[in-house]
Amino acid sequence: MAKFNIFSEESNKSPLARFWRKFKNNHPALVGLWIFVAFALLAASAPLLAPYGVNQQHSDALLIPPSWREMGDVRFILGTDDLGRDVLSRLMNGATYTFGLSVVAALITTIIGVLVGTFAGISRGIRSSFLNHLLDITLSIPSLLLAIIIIAILGPGLMNTVWAIILALLPQFIHSIRNLIVDELNKDYITAFRLDGASNWHIISRGIFPNIYEHIVVIFTMALSTAILDISALGFLKLGAQPPTTEWGAILAENLGLIYLAPWTVALPGVLLFLAVLSTNLVGDGLRQVLKARKAD
Amino acid sequence: MQPVLKVQALSKTFNIRAGLFSRKKFAVLKNISFCIGKGETIAVIGETGAGKSTLAKLLSGADSADCGQILLEGNIIEDNGIRDNQCRYIRMIFQDSAASLNPGLTIGDTLDDCLQYNTDFDKAERTEKISATLSKVGLLVDHQHYYPHMFSVGQLQRVALARALILDPKVVVLDEALSSLDPSVRAQIVNLLLKLQQETGLTYVMITHHLSLVRHISDQVLVLDKGEVVEYGATEVVFQTPQSKITQRLLSC
Repeated sequence: MAKFNIFSEESNKSPLARFWRKFKNNHPALVGLWIFVAFALLAASAPLLAPYGVNQQHSDALLIPPSWREMGDVRFILGTDDLGRDVLSRLMNGATYTFGLSVVAALITTIIGVLVGTFAGISRGIRSSFLNHLLDITLSIPSLLLAIIIIAILGPGLMNTVWAIILALLPQFIHSIRNLIVDELNKDYITAFRLDGASNWHIISRGIFPNIYEHIVVIFTMALSTAILDISALGFLKLGAQPPTTEWGAILAENLGLIYLAPWTVALPGVLLFLAVLSTNLVGDGLRQVLKARKAD
Repeated sequence: MQPVLKVQALSKTFNIRAGLFSRKKFAVLKNISFCIGKGETIAVIGETGAGKSTLAKLLSGADSADCGQILLEGNIIEDNGIRDNQCRYIRMIFQDSAASLNPGLTIGDTLDDCLQYNTDFDKAERTEKISATLSKVGLLVDHQHYYPHMFSVGQLQRVALARALILDPKVVVLDEALSSLDPSVRAQIVNLLLKLQQETGLTYVMITHHLSLVRHISDQVLVLDKGEVVEYGATEVVFQTPQSKITQRLLSC
């Protein structure tokens, strides 16, 4: 480094730093990001944070309303259900299933999608087409229906739901990644990079990925919101998570009979689902807007 | 004296889809030969579509020829489309320098990659080489921490030049590299190119539309038309007494 700085700018803004600066100015997206981070932390540490066990029953406190109501009890901030289980603890643990598992499903989809999409992008001819259209058959069926078919074969269960969602999300993911890579490969800087002596691996890892990872994150958020909705929908239909599991959709279904008697047991998981999907979509939308603004530069 | 770069009977054909099943062959370059000595400049001029850019690509190794040889200092580096991996001795500068630099990497990283892939320098040697090359092309050492979007067009062309020169090439191919610059910046870059040529004995292959520039810096001129050499000779001779109709037409406008 030289002894003095000629330019007033203190640090060199990398593309990532510029990205973050633009994203920060989009306040709804930023709020969405905070909610998203809160859900992620909750999903990781719910059993430690929750005041009671998931299936711990309080026979002295059945159907207690939330604590801000007259009949409420401060021990159970969000009330209890018909078996005397603390709603707050159950909902906190539900984040691990609904939100956490969706993140895992979207991550697995991302990893497989990026791998297959990359190979499809750098290969040519029939091999490229084969990889690209490998899972296209699943595009003909809506993701929820596909999940139901898989569950009909494998039997209901949370993990089967996750596999079904991964399978349903993969083809679009592979197509998007392949298109991104083909677009980048045709650009001048890749030719120049190849003339620098870069191998195929260098071109992918140093040339293309630093320029498309934001796009991958955007596709990831879209996959995530679909995954959350699908997992909870299948839970609600009693095809996914089974009742003692505290998946939000399953809690909703379990307490549906109590909707007049104890509306909070149904409303609260619904609100959480809404917030999870909303925050994911806000973040995704914010990211997309920044990308669009950057392309216009 | 042995020529640095010698091109013998270079030809290139593209397959063009003519109909649903038929494919038409289209000869872009037919039988191109020329040779150029150390520290000299050859200019390739011609109308749009004459095959100038294809020639640049073939020379730099971005594309391979169908037949013909390219010899660098007497060694065959490309023979009938099979190329030795000697990309470091013939370097190309692209028309659009902004598009030819990776927007996600700093200039230092881009230059460092070139050295990593082609030399066995260690970290300290590479850093030193990068600093030396940047100051050679009139940039600051600090610029290596900058991203391409932070430079102006003229500076980017200097960066592209640094990238070409960092591997100590013998030949630099400039594919319309000066056309996108405004006159004052172009003059700076041309002076820089000439200075570097005097200092290090570089050979330039310049592909351009700019005739006064050709007259100013090149020793030889190669006039291409529809993939064929119509005229080849010393710049002054060609400019004073153009033989073919095509050259006359090019020079008169």
